[in-house]
Amino acid sequence: MDLKLIISNIYKSYDRKPVLKDCSFSFDRSGTYVLIGPNGSGKSTFFRICGLLEDPDEGEVNYFSGVHILKRDIELRRRITLLLPKVGIFNTTVFKNAAYGLRIRGTKGPKIKEKVDKALEFVGLTHKKNQNALTLSSGETQRLGIARAMVIEPEIFFLDEPAASVDQENTEIIEDIILKMKKEERSIVVIATHDMAQAKRLADWLLLMKDGKIISSW
Amino acid sequence: MVIDDWLFELLWDFTPLILYHGFGMDPIIEGFRRAFSLIFTLDPELLSIIFLSLGVSGTALIIATVLGLPIGALTGLKRFPGRGLIISLLNTFMGLPPVVVGLFLYLLLSRRGPLGFMALLYTPSAMIIAQSILAFPIVAALSHSAIKKIEPLIKQASLTLGATPFQVMITIMKEARYGIMSGVIAALGRVMAEVGAILIVGGNIAGYTRVMTTTIALETDKGNFELALALGIILLMLSFIINMFLYLIQKKGVVETAIWT
Ligand SMILES: Nc1ncnc2c1ncn2[C@@H]1O[C@H](COP(=O)(O)OP(=O)(O)OP(=O)(O)O)[C@@H](O)[C@H]1O
Ligand SMILES: [Mg+2]
Repeated sequence: MDLKLIISNIYKSYDRKPVLKDCSFSFDRSGTYVLIGPNGSGKSTFFRICGLLEDPDEGEVNYFSGVHILKRDIELRRRITLLLPKVGIFNTTVFKNAAYGLRIRGTKGPKIKEKVDKALEFVGLTHKKNQNALTLSSGETQRLGIARAMVIEPEIFFLDEPAASVDQENTEIIEDIILKMKKEERSIVVIATHDMAQAKRLADWLLLMKDGKIISSW
Repeated sequence: MVIDDWLFELLWDFTPLILYHGFGMDPIIEGFRRAFSLIFTLDPELLSIIFLSLGVSGTALIIATVLGLPIGALTGLKRFPGRGLIISLLNTFMGLPPVVVGLFLYLLLSRRGPLGFMALLYTPSAMIIAQSILAFPIVAALSHSAIKKIEPLIKQASLTLGATPFQVMITIMKEARYGIMSGVIAALGRVMAEVGAILIVGGNIAGYTRVMTTTIALETDKGNFELALALGIILLMLSFIINMFLYLIQKKGVVETAIWT
């Protein structure tokens, strides 16, 4: 585990309404971090900033390799990923959706097949791999989102409400996937949720988003 | 005898009507008969007119797509000053009357016009240029709106999976493929059916610049219905095929959009 993320004193407002206020945190140990907080507390905003989709108004978001700050370039972006609450499925098969991250990295066909097959097996979608991904149920869509992110083997993986709008059974499946991932990978997984029970089941570290800050962790 | 007389008189009275109907129906039925025989015997003149039509419209469509798709992509994907103006212009030019295009192009290409030295007037090249001008705004404007309709989620998903800005662009255009294809096919439908512009700049020269629509116009004028009818039937069939494609593509697009939401 080489990659770390250190957030220092970031501020973010939308239309002059502050969302993040002097928020700091370090993701520097491998394992699962779960971020909880009420609706509108700024979890997704924090994730989009960590995932390099947005910039903070003030403060610093630095990825480190050892003691070196990494440039915010495509190389860095390819070492992390963010699974959004709405997955954003491409209009093609389940297999090709899952293969996307590898294809844009120029990975060769047989290697893609091997890795994608493994990831689809992992999330239980092997039997659907030739189906158009837009026809999946919301639970299956969420699982495909996880598989699609897993194939690129991110060193830091942000999952924003991976089990929102999903039934009990699929929630359990998704939690199982995350727990399995924890056993197999030695990377950093960060999950946002507002289900406290779920947070306790998954977390190595529990973080609370309150008043625009990550105020407690234990 | 009485009956004969009566019959005779009856016929006499109605003769003008019978003659009128006989002569009135005949050219149409006869025209259709000869039209089908032209089609089924693969008449060389007919074929050469069809191939020229397809060649001119097909080439124009390729040019319009090569130029129009990047403009549609640029205006659909990027914000820059003047973007709104470009989109409004494209939408305006989508409904450009073909004769107006023909007129302007004629003025440009005529011997004393600014491009007269190229000697393009009354050539298939002039017709291709005219139809490219007609097809271009359709391809550009419809691919613009197809690309615009793609959810921002798609862009975010490809960014989070590590796509470069160029790869993001390609991904969005792939997502918009059905909309883009409908735009291209709609443009083909328009140029295939168009007569005003190519008549003016092509001159309707037999065996050289005479295409389906211009032949129909000319032969109808001259009262030679069989060739006009044969071409009319084929044009109708082509238009039907084009619209079937359009329908199938749009249906596919709609079904998949419906699943989306
Ligand atoms: N692009 C935006 N424009 C304007 N306001 C925004 C934008 N994004 C977020 N906000 C506002 O920022 C606040 C925090 O939103 P955010 O989505 O980060 O909360 P959250 O903790 O993820 O909530 P939830 O649990 O409902 O997902 C909200 O009040 C929201 O309305
Ligand atoms: Mg959220």
